[in-house]
Amino acid sequence: MSVTLLIEQLINGLQLGTMLFLMASGLTLVFGVMGLINLAHGSFYMVGAYVTALATVSTGSFLLGLVAGVLAAAAAGAIVELLVIRRLYHRQHLDQVLATFALILIFSEGTRWLFGSSPLWLSPPEALSGSVALPGGSRYPVYRLVIIAVGVVVAAGLYLLIAHTRLGMRIRAGESDREMIGALGVNIRRLYTLVFALGAALAGLAGSLVGALQSVQVGMGEPVLILAFVVIVIGGIGSIKGALLGALLVGMVDTLGRVFLPALFGQFMSPSDAAGTGTALAAMLIYILMAVILAFKPKGLFAAHD
Amino acid sequence: MNKLTRAGLGLLMTTAVATAQAEDVKIGMITTLSGGGSHLGVDVRDGFMLAMDQADRDDIEVLIQDDARRPDLAKSLSNEFMQRDEVDILTGIIWSNLAMAVVPSVVRQGTFYLSPNAGPSALAGKMCHENYFNVAYQNDNLHGAMGAYMREQGFENPLLMAPNYPAGTDALAGFKHLFEGEVADEIYTQLGQTDYAAEIARIRASDADSLFFFLPGGMGISFMKQWENSGVEMPVFGAAFSFDETIIKAVGSAAIGAMNTSQWAYDLENAANQAFVEGFQDAYDRMPTLYAAQGYDTARLILSALEKAHPSDQDAFREALREADFDSVRGEFRFGPNHHPIQDIYVREVVEGEDGEPTNRLVGIAVEDIQDVYAEQCRM
Repeated sequence: MSVTLLIEQLINGLQLGTMLFLMASGLTLVFGVMGLINLAHGSFYMVGAYVTALATVSTGSFLLGLVAGVLAAAAAGAIVELLVIRRLYHRQHLDQVLATFALILIFSEGTRWLFGSSPLWLSPPEALSGSVALPGGSRYPVYRLVIIAVGVVVAAGLYLLIAHTRLGMRIRAGESDREMIGALGVNIRRLYTLVFALGAALAGLAGSLVGALQSVQVGMGEPVLILAFVVIVIGGIGSIKGALLGALLVGMVDTLGRVFLPALFGQFMSPSDAAGTGTALAAMLIYILMAVILAFKPKGLFAAHD
Repeated sequence: MNKLTRAGLGLLMTTAVATAQAEDVKIGMITTLSGGGSHLGVDVRDGFMLAMDQADRDDIEVLIQDDARRPDLAKSLSNEFMQRDEVDILTGIIWSNLAMAVVPSVVRQGTFYLSPNAGPSALAGKMCHENYFNVAYQNDNLHGAMGAYMREQGFENPLLMAPNYPAGTDALAGFKHLFEGEVADEIYTQLGQTDYAAEIARIRASDADSLFFFLPGGMGISFMKQWENSGVEMPVFGAAFSFDETIIKAVGSAAIGAMNTSQWAYDLENAANQAFVEGFQDAYDRMPTLYAAQGYDTARLILSALEKAHPSDQDAFREALREADFDSVRGEFRFGPNHHPIQDIYVREVVEGEDGEPTNRLVGIAVEDIQDVYAEQCRM
């Protein structure tokens, strides 16, 4: 196993990690601040990707498409919060899961009704296609490096927002005591709408960025949603820092496992058996990781509510 | 109107209905019209109905139901069709796992089943049945033909990639059977995987001279887009399942240059195919895929057999099907002893079309008269 392959895989892990962070940060924010389990988070990812694909084709600019996708996801988030989610804050988690699962079905079938079941076309812009040389002679796609950069910028931005702004202070206050912050005169309903829209916008950003790499189609958000839930459970529900660390951990373990486990089994098995067993085990690896972490830290690495 | 006339009229009407039932033919179609991969089912249905419309026969009734790619739903739909609607012929299933759930019991109960797509090895071999006909292919056909083509083209060290599920492992086994050489490596991905960065890095690090992959539906779209920007220079080969007209439109320029095997191409030159392609474009305003061609051929096979016998006369109808007395859009076509096609498999290349969008162009024949290896296990 060469060093260049290892370097490339580490960057791959980092890229998957930053993409998962975009999904997981919104999810964990909504859960931490509002105590709401939102299964429909993957639908905002899909909304972002679809709107980006449509806007990119009609305007010819990927950047405009990206902005449109993020804004559309935020708008969808705000509308859903006003119409549905608002009625769920005081209900049990089971009710929330049922209602947001219904939202998944509504979004998926609605999208199919509007755009059909064939995948849409969306590619990275010309300027970001192609690849650059890595140390060691290997090459790496520019667009994936851009995703990493966007992830880093968003992480820094979220940190500044939460730790150093008035809005961030209110979000943190809402997390620890929602009655008290309401009593202090903060419009808690508007705050919740804002936080939910922010989370949706982050999911939309992830969907728009990844849509250009993968296929834009109905149901694209649900596999990512499952990984994002693993991330926030590992990181500690409600913690942005935990989401970042959990996302990087899951990204690395998943990527490296997929490459090195089949190679490892290849040492003492026939190639096709090793490929089969290694792949099967690699698929389980992140869940094993989650189980091990929860065995020692039942509330995740950085629990927000102790 | 007195009672007697009324009773008489009633009697007349029942006899009229009864004679109509004896002559009419009911066909049940179970196919995937919603959920992932539904463009396959939509195309099979549209191709099938195009042939029915062209035949313009009012004694054939086609009932269509959506299985949503769920084996349990497909199973209950088949029971409904057979017990409530008493259909003469069933058809339509896209996915091999659904076919395995439905077909064996259907044909055992004496209903004809004609497969427009799924061709799992079991139904071609040990579990073959006299009432089961596959009009598309045995699943291995296209992969094996690509193996033969790549060996012929002088590739010595291909790397193979497929999802880790039965059709994926079958695909690679089928490829290796006709490639008959050593391969550089085999990579199995997760079914439904969307990110292939790790796999692409492994391909880059390998010493392979070419890539053969089987990633149907959305998986292939994701992979090709990521492959284009990875900077890996290696010729790409696959079966038509990853390169149908719908998929390569979504992939865009990344698909250009890829070679793929198919039992049909829209630019095959024969009269039946030209009539089909033009008719399909007129009717649905899009290019047909191989799935549409399979649906069309299935319907035309049924129509040709109905000219000779009614399905209630089982032996005569079966014999009429076996003769395959129709002009297939793929050129020469006949059934082997296990009721699976013996047919030529073509090679197509993805090129830039006149409108700037990628499209398939016929290159030549990969293997003539290919027959599946399971036929010898079939005892009918």
